[in-house]
Amino acid sequence: MNVYPYLVAVFLLVIGAFGIARSHNLIHAVGCLSVAQAGTYVLLLAVGYQHGAGAPVFGSPASTPTRNVSDPFVQAMALTDVVVSATVTALLLALSVQIGKRHGTVDPDELSALQG
Amino acid sequence: MPTFDHGAADIPALAITIPILVACLLVAFGRRIPRPVVDSVALAAALTVLGLLAALLASSSHGRVVSWTARWVPEHGYSVGIVLVADPVGAGVAVLAAALVALALLYSWHYLSSVSGHFHALMLLFLAGMVGFALTGDLFNMFVFFELMGASAYALTGMKIEDPTAVQGALNFGIINSLGAYVSLSGVALLYARVGNLSLPQLSAALAGHRPDALLIAGFVAVSTGFLVKGALAPFHFWLADAHAVAPAPVCVLFSGVMVPLGLYGALRVYWIVFARVFPHGEIRRAFLVLGVLTALVGAVMCFGQRHFKRLLAYSTIAHVGLFVVAAGLLSASGTAGALLYIAGHAGVKAALFLLGGVMLDRYGGVDEVELWGRGRDARVIPWLFVAGGIALAGLPPFGTGLGKAVSEEAGSHAGYGWFPVLFVAVSAITGGAVLRATGRVYFGLGADPRSRAHGSETSGSHERSDVDQPLRRVPLTMLVPIVGLLLGALAVGVLPGAHTAAEYAAGYFLDSGGYTAQALGSAGHVLHQTPLPNWTGLGVGLGLLSAALALAIAAVALYPPKLRVGERTTRVARAPIIALHRIHSGHVGDYVAWMFVGIAALSALVALPLQR
Repeated sequence: MNVYPYLVAVFLLVIGAFGIARSHNLIHAVGCLSVAQAGTYVLLLAVGYQHGAGAPVFGSPASTPTRNVSDPFVQAMALTDVVVSATVTALLLALSVQIGKRHGTVDPDELSALQG
Repeated sequence: MPTFDHGAADIPALAITIPILVACLLVAFGRRIPRPVVDSVALAAALTVLGLLAALLASSSHGRVVSWTARWVPEHGYSVGIVLVADPVGAGVAVLAAALVALALLYSWHYLSSVSGHFHALMLLFLAGMVGFALTGDLFNMFVFFELMGASAYALTGMKIEDPTAVQGALNFGIINSLGAYVSLSGVALLYARVGNLSLPQLSAALAGHRPDALLIAGFVAVSTGFLVKGALAPFHFWLADAHAVAPAPVCVLFSGVMVPLGLYGALRVYWIVFARVFPHGEIRRAFLVLGVLTALVGAVMCFGQRHFKRLLAYSTIAHVGLFVVAAGLLSASGTAGALLYIAGHAGVKAALFLLGGVMLDRYGGVDEVELWGRGRDARVIPWLFVAGGIALAGLPPFGTGLGKAVSEEAGSHAGYGWFPVLFVAVSAITGGAVLRATGRVYFGLGADPRSRAHGSETSGSHERSDVDQPLRRVPLTMLVPIVGLLLGALAVGVLPGAHTAAEYAAGYFLDSGGYTAQALGSAGHVLHQTPLPNWTGLGVGLGLLSAALALAIAAVALYPPKLRVGERTTRVARAPIIALHRIHSGHVGDYVAWMFVGIAALSALVALPLQR
């Protein structure tokens, strides 16, 4: 097992969250959320990867695989994750646009409508 | 060869797909058909799902209903298929979700008059997400339904896109919940790396008796984080008040009534099925009790300090979630039964109060108890519904909240935690008292005119946009019926004989990890033993009456503050921690993310440090 991809995954998740915490622009914050999510893609794919294994494509559905393949299950999960990400990012960006219109700013430090 | 042919086996999948299909139709054609048709179609879909789920609940009381999608049943305990497992708790929560969606849609008949089909479509998608989350037996599908629930919830929160606070609340909600979901997904990936499968029964079978190593601790903490964010456990709770304060009232009903408890359901379901035979109960119990007590206290203090009525209710939900976690965190059948009854009773009461808040907003154009002082003196029925809701929130017998509180207190005392009744009485009295205080100000004009003493810095709710085009002159029947129905439902939980027995029985199934695994993987279901229990004990009734009386007293003191002879300095010192707590709730999404990581660190420490020894 190579530990490197796991470190990258954790790094992406944490740096994305750190970016949201320090953000001065909501568009940037939503971008950071996508960075954090990229950590989950790397983690999922790292879990299913085998060195030297091929793509999980077989000739006919019932044939027994004769060689090692990387795990299709995590790839399917990563794809689902991408779809979820696209939806959520689009929605949050739309909300950021609307915040910009209604508040006149997208800096979270200047949004003070909800306190206490 | 075991079979999975069960009369009710097709229901779980239908209850998830029907609302999704109808939602698609409403999005496609909602603009072209008249609004009453949209309302009727959406309501009919919700009622159909409710009927199906009620049948499922009845069927699951004779053993879990297991269905492997497309009949990919396990062979030798292994399957790559996706499983739906309905036990009484899962089916019960799903019934609650469908019932609340139906009532919220009925309430919306005259509400949000500007929206066309997309509001109804989002409500139905939200329902599909909640039902799927409650019924799935697969960890990855829990994440998918969690996100379906999340995405529709963010959109519903920001429904009034012209309202500056609504879009800000929705964005905070969306970012925090999505980040929580991604942390959960990382945990799912870690568990997959260990086991090579993600259905709960197979995870459970593979991990039973395993030593709790670093990977399992990380997996457990990560998976729980997302669910606890949804469950609004402190310090993951900040989004909740922002989202509830700005979402339309019928949406708040779903948030407080069922979505937030579903977060706890997810965390506890995963704990019981997958990890109960990995981690020693003592450490997990301590983690739940610590976080639960913290949540209850933060929620109660913040609740009492609000003047924005919906925000007040939101913090009261946080306080009650803390109580649910404390009760279920006992990790015993009676504690779980108490939490279940409390959740059911609370759903009715809190949902009714949110709808009443919606009526207040539509009638007077605001929800600020300071601005609206004495405005509701002319109303006749509504004020008494507010009073009933406030006093039921405080746990007056025979409301379901009182029963859940009594059963939880008793479970705690039996387990040797003598402080349980104190915490439960204090928190429910403070939150109930806050509701009664607001009612007294707005509808009875009690107390001195508060406008002279108001601070400028709090969220006031006076600029909240109404959901109707013109202020209501009288409350239409479609709004009144759900409110009264919800209060009666909360009453029924406490009055129906056998409620306690049924909850204890459902809790028995919920805790039975071995039975869940065996039945989902193909052995025949077995029916658990059922012992009849009395609903009420003398002590429970007494403590319920005590907290209701305390709530009235707290409201009275808040409305007519006694002149205490304490120095300026003492008052300032006493107020400092409360002001600090209010400052922490800053409405800043970056702060919330930082608190979330504090929470992850705290949860890891609570789980992992005792295991090092």
